[in-house]
Amino acid sequence: MKKIIQKHPLAIRWLHWINFPLLTIMIWSGILIYWANDVYKIGFGDKTLLKFFPDSFNKALHIPFRLAEGMNLHYFFMWFFTINGIVYFFYLLFSKEYKLIFPNRHSLKEAWLVILHDLHIKKGLPPQKKYNAAQRIAYTGIIVLGFLIIITGLAIYKPAQLYWLCAMLGGYEWARIEHFIITILFVLFFLVHVLQVILAGWNNFRSMITGFEVVKEKKEIIEKKEEKTNG
Amino acid sequence: MDKVEKIVDEKYVKRKTIISFLFFFLFIAGSIFAWNLLQRQPKVDGALQPLRKGLTMNEWIFSHMFSDKHLSATYAKNLAAPKVRVNGDAGLKNNSDTANWTLQLVRKPGDTLRLSLAEIKSLPKSEIVFDFKCIEGWNQITHWGGVRFRDFMYKYGLTKQSSMKYVGMETPDGEYYVGIDMPSMLQSQTLLCYEMNGKPLPMNQGFPLRLIIPVKYGVKHLKRIGILFFDNEKPRDYWYEKGYDYYCGM
Repeated sequence: MKKIIQKHPLAIRWLHWINFPLLTIMIWSGILIYWANDVYKIGFGDKTLLKFFPDSFNKALHIPFRLAEGMNLHYFFMWFFTINGIVYFFYLLFSKEYKLIFPNRHSLKEAWLVILHDLHIKKGLPPQKKYNAAQRIAYTGIIVLGFLIIITGLAIYKPAQLYWLCAMLGGYEWARIEHFIITILFVLFFLVHVLQVILAGWNNFRSMITGFEVVKEKKEIIEKKEEKTNG
Repeated sequence: MDKVEKIVDEKYVKRKTIISFLFFFLFIAGSIFAWNLLQRQPKVDGALQPLRKGLTMNEWIFSHMFSDKHLSATYAKNLAAPKVRVNGDAGLKNNSDTANWTLQLVRKPGDTLRLSLAEIKSLPKSEIVFDFKCIEGWNQITHWGGVRFRDFMYKYGLTKQSSMKYVGMETPDGEYYVGIDMPSMLQSQTLLCYEMNGKPLPMNQGFPLRLIIPVKYGVKHLKRIGILFFDNEKPRDYWYEKGYDYYCGM
């Protein structure tokens, strides 16, 4: 016998996986658009450490001269991306699932302990429910970023009709920079997320598809004993 | 909501896992199939058909939300760039005879009025310093002077025409052409422009008369207007034919 624990509701799993191709398309088409005015870089003074994006990157992915295609994709799939995000947000609220995701007053301190643990500096983890404190902060952060990517996107999409929004974000130029930085953060989140999923192993990954996680080790042994004594 | 625990046998775990993964792979395969199907769709004026439909739908939504009370931000004159970036030269390459230039105002088919620059300059002048935005993604604060299109319409008694849906414009050589919806044309910041930074337009900015329409991307700011007409059908549009959005409204 196995003990399983219901981890991810069906709605969360679908919304999570639907978001994956949508976000991919949004980032891809965003890169096609960005190419037409690719002015951002990391550096100081005249020194450039990293140009967004290097010519080799553009060339390898066949990015140049596809602005129209990028815009057409972006302004088509933005609706699905946004609707998926809104459904996800309201599902969290109404199912009370948010209680397992949004950080609480202990989260900041505990997240630090989680980081120390993950870096193998310290042993042991604070007790947790579905997510540990670092996950709570990361997953809530990505929801906030999702909200911001839509807001900054709207501001550069309709800077005249939504002039107040554009002004609130520091003007057109800043809104475009913010939209870009948030996209980079999305990509960084994705990389860390995938790495963590790989490190966490099969049981955890499976739970985002099946919904349940198999409870292992101590508890399982105790149950077996109980079964025997009962039998 | 707390975690729900269940004791099940191994077969149950196996079966559930297989079924869920089946759906998962179906979803992934379906996504890839849908993407490939999209790429195989015929193109309508340079854009994949479903995406073209998406643009048309966006145009419908945002033209209904359009309000001529929502103005583009304006700036003080000293913030305007002295060196103005040129966003394109289509329609300006043929050395057209600008000395004998007139604006051909087609009031209706067969009824064309020819206006000289002096006549247009005699109308009340407006100036605007706004953030010019190119569809490529760059922007620049620039300073322009001319007559408001709505004032122009009023002075020439074009009330009937102003209830039509679109305005079409073309360069004298017919190489560049745009179509713009009437509400955007009649917005108070839209200018038939003959001055830049307080001086007559340079040749590469469309001397003698160009369009300045802050609620649209630069592609719609046609330089050197040769002909201007009204239509209820969408007039032909240079970049639209190359796969871009027709509306291009901000």
